[in-house]
Amino acid sequence: MGQDPLLSVQDLRKHFQTREGWRRKRTVYAVDGVSFDVDAGETFGLVGESGCGKTTIGRMVLRLIEPTSGRIRFDGQDTLALDKAGTKAMRRNMQMVFQNPYAALNPRMTVGGNIAESLIIQGIGRHREHREMVQEMLRTVGLQPDYIDRYPHEFSGGQRQRIGIARTLILRPKLIVCDEPVSALDVSVQAQILNLLQELQARFGFAYILVAHGLHVVEHMSDRIGVMYLGKLMEVAPAREIFSSPRHPYTEALVSAIPQPDPKAVRNRILLEGDIPSPSNPPPGCLFSTRCRYATALCRELEPALETRDGRSAACHFPL
Amino acid sequence: MGKLLEIQDLKTQFVSSQRTITAVDGVTLHVDQGEILCVVGESGCGKSVMALSVMRLVQPDTGRFAGGRILFEGEDLLLKPEREMRAIRGNAIAMVYQEPMSAINPVFTVGSQIVEAILAHKPVSRAQAAEQAERLLTLVGIPDAAARMRTYPHELSGGMCQRAMIAMALCCEPRLLIADEPTTALDVTIQAQILELIRRLNRDLGMAIMFITHDLGVVAELADRVVVMYAGKVVEEGKVDDLFGDPLHPYTRGLLACIPRPGAVGKLPAIEGMVPHPGDLPRGCHYHTRCPEAVDRCRCSEPPLEALGDQRVACFVAAARRREA
Repeated sequence: MGQDPLLSVQDLRKHFQTREGWRRKRTVYAVDGVSFDVDAGETFGLVGESGCGKTTIGRMVLRLIEPTSGRIRFDGQDTLALDKAGTKAMRRNMQMVFQNPYAALNPRMTVGGNIAESLIIQGIGRHREHREMVQEMLRTVGLQPDYIDRYPHEFSGGQRQRIGIARTLILRPKLIVCDEPVSALDVSVQAQILNLLQELQARFGFAYILVAHGLHVVEHMSDRIGVMYLGKLMEVAPAREIFSSPRHPYTEALVSAIPQPDPKAVRNRILLEGDIPSPSNPPPGCLFSTRCRYATALCRELEPALETRDGRSAACHFPL
Repeated sequence: MGKLLEIQDLKTQFVSSQRTITAVDGVTLHVDQGEILCVVGESGCGKSVMALSVMRLVQPDTGRFAGGRILFEGEDLLLKPEREMRAIRGNAIAMVYQEPMSAINPVFTVGSQIVEAILAHKPVSRAQAAEQAERLLTLVGIPDAAARMRTYPHELSGGMCQRAMIAMALCCEPRLLIADEPTTALDVTIQAQILELIRRLNRDLGMAIMFITHDLGVVAELADRVVVMYAGKVVEEGKVDDLFGDPLHPYTRGLLACIPRPGAVGKLPAIEGMVPHPGDLPRGCHYHTRCPEAVDRCRCSEPPLEALGDQRVACFVAAARRREA
């Protein structure tokens, strides 16, 4: 697309300070220099293992966490420069669907109260109109409109996730950050929610940032995917290509580690040695060099930058 | 091959003042010597309660066995007095749990917990037990085992902690290892390591394994044979190639179809509706409310588990279709 991206993240960093004992301070490099763009109507997937910083990025985009440094431009505005009122106005256009549908809804409010709260906060419509707007929204996400006066505990996980989606959708945002939207749900219900998210996108045209560790889910849903490791982007590529021809050795290993639901599939499993290093004590050079089977002396000394070639980016000295 | 574990018509119930929930409702299955049996199902289908029943670890104040037999090497575990059961648990049958961090005791070192398990079952000295514990940690792929013996669980990563739990389960060379979602809490690259370890234990030690999971990808990687459970019952059973190549039960087919696969685009063929609550099951076949192929008969009577060739399936429609073919 020729125009400006909807969201542009540049050199975003989040360093958490923790204390160990009473004197020693440690810095956890949760997110360390991440840049990416998301176009209007696009789905950008973020994958990586636990502790890689993918959730932290999602939260910084919504400004639920203040970044240590970096720039976030959303819809033509520098979001980090906005004051409180400005941030509130901006959030009308960017919303979040959370991982745990049991914790994300207020159990003391009715379904209608939960969904209408965002309308009240944003001052949209008159109170009288809310009921009708909420019922319309419930229909849109595949629930019955008369659920409006029931309470969240009366619903299953999948239904609660639908309520959570209705709550974000009622503001008609331009960007929705979905943080592991299906990982708390039963396998047979996951597909329903994924289908719903895709249908809604086709109908309303918003963009998604999809944060998940289930790689097939992310591939199925996304246009482009960023692979994260220890707070950095290792590779960014179109979803179709990242699986068939990964450029970064970490992506290659990650893809090969996904169990395939086919006992006859030929497996070229690359077993990574060892654990993910601690984000408070990252290795020198390339972050992945401690587990990479192609690593050389250069990799252990010099950190590779994320370089773009023919629409594919990889942070590796020797891309595959 | 001989049957190592044979569960016959097992019923496990949980009783409260208001109602009785039958979590495991007439399950019949078996584990052969040296095989990997995978049990698949969604949350609430009774797969974990079935495993805990084999270990006789169902809470005695609320849970009860309402019928059936659990034959291990020909002897009924349900008839054993608790003292004999304690000698079997962790010895002939061992179990690995889903959350390694909550299954291990945080206030003792890893080494001391494995040593304790060995001393509970074997007439060896503490020093011999410690030596064996160190060997086990090496066997499960923990580097620098001597130093790890002295570490506390919180100092280990999730994957390392699960390895330590597996080492503990292996300490008496169990003939049956029950693994209840042992990789669900782990990252995919670590999961791949643990699955490889489990395959190796099965291959090198000839240990029979009952592996419980909800992930059909893991099943395809690991299983010799598969049992699919839904709402407390076995709905299908078969060899892994048969089950994935020619799934008979509509639920198995639905589960296989709704996984996103590389290269697939557009709408996923989702299973409608949701998993019924075990206290409020529909009449007839428990799956009929979500089943696209349900006929009148499915709504009023329960299909029995029938053998069709090498597979077994509990479905009127699938059985009829197979008989016609």
